[in-house]
Amino acid sequence: MAKPDFLHMFVDPRRCIGCQACVQACTECDTHKGESMIHLEYVDRGQSVQTVPVVCMHCDQPTCAEVCPADAIKRTDDGIVQSARRPRCIACGNCVVACPFGVPEIYEDRKIMMKCDMCYDRSSVGRKPMCATVCPSQALFFGTREQIEQLRPASEPVNQFQFGNQTITTQVFTMVPREIARRAPWIDVTAAMAEEPQSRAVSLKLLPHPGDPGGAAVAPDAWDPFSDVEV
Amino acid sequence: MATIPADELAIIGRYGPHVSTMTGLRLSTSVEPERLVKTHCCFCGQQCGIQLKVRGNEVIGFEPWEEFPFNRGMLCPKGVKRYLQGSHPDRLTHALARDPQAPAGFSALPYDQAIARVAGAIGRIQSAHGAGAVGVLGGASLTTEKTYLLGKFARVCLKTPFIDYNGRLCMVSAGAANKKAFGVDRTTSPWSDMVGTEVIWVAGSNVAECSPITTNYIWQAREQGAKIIVQDPRITPVARTCDLYLPVKPGRDAALFAGVLRIMIERGWLDRAFIDAHTTGFDQVAEYCSQWPLAHAAEVTGVPARAIEQAAEWWGTARSSFFFHARGIEHHSNGVQNSLGAINLVLASGRIGRPKSGYGTIVGQANGQGGREHGQKCDQLPGWRDIANPEHRQYIAGVWGIDEREMPGPGVDAYEMFRKIDAGEIKGLLSICFNPKISLPDTAFVTRCLDKLEFYAAIDFFLNDTAWHADVVLPGSLHEEDEGTVTQVEGRIIRINKAVECPGEAREDWRIIQDLAAALGRPQGFTFASPREIFEELRVASKGGVADYSGVTYEKVERQFGVFWPCYSEDPRTGAPVPDHPGTPRLFEPGSYNPVARGAGPFYFPDGRARFNVADYRPPVDDAGDEYPIYLTTGRVVSQFLSGTQTRRIGPLVKQYPEPRIEMHPRLAAKLGIADGDWATAETRRGAITLKAMVVTTIRPDTIFIPYHWAGKKSANHLTVAAQDPISKIPQYKVCGCRVRKADGPPDYAAVLEPQQ
Repeated sequence: MAKPDFLHMFVDPRRCIGCQACVQACTECDTHKGESMIHLEYVDRGQSVQTVPVVCMHCDQPTCAEVCPADAIKRTDDGIVQSARRPRCIACGNCVVACPFGVPEIYEDRKIMMKCDMCYDRSSVGRKPMCATVCPSQALFFGTREQIEQLRPASEPVNQFQFGNQTITTQVFTMVPREIARRAPWIDVTAAMAEEPQSRAVSLKLLPHPGDPGGAAVAPDAWDPFSDVEV
Repeated sequence: MATIPADELAIIGRYGPHVSTMTGLRLSTSVEPERLVKTHCCFCGQQCGIQLKVRGNEVIGFEPWEEFPFNRGMLCPKGVKRYLQGSHPDRLTHALARDPQAPAGFSALPYDQAIARVAGAIGRIQSAHGAGAVGVLGGASLTTEKTYLLGKFARVCLKTPFIDYNGRLCMVSAGAANKKAFGVDRTTSPWSDMVGTEVIWVAGSNVAECSPITTNYIWQAREQGAKIIVQDPRITPVARTCDLYLPVKPGRDAALFAGVLRIMIERGWLDRAFIDAHTTGFDQVAEYCSQWPLAHAAEVTGVPARAIEQAAEWWGTARSSFFFHARGIEHHSNGVQNSLGAINLVLASGRIGRPKSGYGTIVGQANGQGGREHGQKCDQLPGWRDIANPEHRQYIAGVWGIDEREMPGPGVDAYEMFRKIDAGEIKGLLSICFNPKISLPDTAFVTRCLDKLEFYAAIDFFLNDTAWHADVVLPGSLHEEDEGTVTQVEGRIIRINKAVECPGEAREDWRIIQDLAAALGRPQGFTFASPREIFEELRVASKGGVADYSGVTYEKVERQFGVFWPCYSEDPRTGAPVPDHPGTPRLFEPGSYNPVARGAGPFYFPDGRARFNVADYRPPVDDAGDEYPIYLTTGRVVSQFLSGTQTRRIGPLVKQYPEPRIEMHPRLAAKLGIADGDWATAETRRGAITLKAMVVTTIRPDTIFIPYHWAGKKSANHLTVAAQDPISKIPQYKVCGCRVRKADGPPDYAAVLEPQQ
């Protein structure tokens, strides 16, 4: 059994509403019942309700597998990077440190690394992973390229990432606004790690202030909708 | 009965809430389910389709149901983990009797004795004080069969006028406004109509947390170019990325709608042809709106003038649109006016009753729609009929086999019922699917009333907080232990299927009601052998009413993945039998026929016209100011549901958001000297509670927000005001005056209670 090659995972972090349906449903998947392999993080709850889901990106050349001293991480021919194999994994944590996306986790009580395997019991027979099935905002979508192109005309799927000097190609696609994808069809993984991020992770479409040139939209964080509210 | 029968911690220790986790079969990866049962979620009005995995007599997990068209396999965390409410340590498998001698205040009672005791008490109270000395409270998460049966039980068996339901806290403002404006109370369109519309206005609805599946519909509309307007004092997930955010001050929605409509009138952004042909009352509304020039509207509402103008332009010039609202504008002493204001905007645009244009309130509870149609409301009879209307009474009396003169008249709303308990008029109470000690405002008052009752019987599957005061608790059925129908947010009637049998002595709620009727010596009309039989009578009872279910069958519901009412068995025009009416997905289409207008027009009035109603702004009761300068608003979180009786017992959901927090803006927090995570005390004229602060920029700096799903000292309703809308009687949960200070230290409960307790 193998994941059909015309079915892909598409993640649009802008659509994440933080409901954790994915996290809860992930714990119901037979491969790793009781534990969630998907993580959900607030970017900065103090500033925004923005959340992002973190799934395994199923890299074509998985860094986790390359640094594993026990050769416990295998990638099947359909491109899915499997979770650590029990007899081999020594829970050393190399993969946790090495993964550019922060995906693998060590379960100390069981002395093993576990990570998302795209619900392999489901995807290997052409069914959707649990997270993408239940996601009520479809921030997580599983289907064909044709379907996602038809459903998301304003976005483009990107699967190239730059992590320092490392160029990464993944099986999982990230949905990026079309005009941004056109400028640079890769995502800089470390951009958000800078002291002063280039742009805020939050998106709040607001009106231009009177006096702003030509009705151009202001940067998302420049207008506080509550600035006139007295305390 | 007077106070609670044992110490709070003793009751909690025995009856919970304790959290369930995945164990045993639910954790096994080598056990296959024996059956997959297609059904729907037991929680909110989205009524997501879901399959329950069953092995033996236990629900061991879930599987998405991707064919059900409304949600296509999508779910929220509550639906995913719902099954953990079954096989639960807190589950009531026996009837309980109040027993102060017992260590936890209750002792088990054999079912038949419990029924006899309840019937005996009801009989005694009614003999001594009259039929109206006993009241009934129902709920909108019950199946339609059960809501129908409960209404019939109150009128035919108990012969009391006093029945009402927890939808009083939910749908009634929108319901009353819909009735006044359209003559019918249902959303106008299937949700699928939304995709392809130009503008969606969401007023007072935290869609992503309270009706999560609707998020994808709104955002798919957006993919195709729709502009999204969100009106909310908080920047919720849907507000975060919307195209126009209206940061309205709590309680000021009618003023905002009037201000917007005034601009539309001034600029000619109206559908004059529609207004003239299909409505009445526009001129009075236009006159009212002229009192709301832009600067005044901006000042009162707290929404910047340019945002009001932009909203008016986008809404005014769109060629298709949807308007949704929910409790944010409805939970007010001005809730009906707020809703009417929204409807005025829709009518002025003329964009209703056609593809890609619609309107609706987003129903909160599983059967909020169906549960407000067939008689468990104080003024209602089946088919959305009126208990004060002689023709309606005559028809239903015929269906029920009683003399119309025996049928009681209208009762009073749920909160007024508590006032009657306080006054000693209502001495006995039977409740199901309602937890008023947590969900009604002014907890201190509600608790006093419970203590005054001579007799109180509760039907439930867990010992809910209100039932701590009960004399007898009857063990009812979980959603998955019964079958029937509910009507979800679009007005679509759907099937609830039974997955497992009731454990122990627990039994289906409809059996309990019928057993009570038999024990009271008045079984006539309460001998149904199944929910299907109840539904067959409901079809007849609803026939000819506005909410006509007479053409609906269980089989049609399954075949069509739901049936939108009205679904006729007879052509309303000619009376000729209609063999297989498909239902009515879209209301108010031009040329459509309804039995009230009889062809005069698409709306449900004799002249077929919708009504504009002057939608007055009035400031909230107990508004912020002086001693209580901050607005308190209350609401929900995605992982909890209503009073938390079920969801606070499900481990993974409690872990997601364990305890209520006070949400406040950093500017307010700085002024008060409060840091994120500090204990803070919020106080209103009614009470004070101490919770941890959550300091976030996503709320108006003059407002705090507290979710209400917790009990006891964590319950937000210690603070809220019981002010009710004069028409709908809905309480004003969404605003009152409040003050906040940093607490000296942790509250006492912090050391002894678990987060969900």
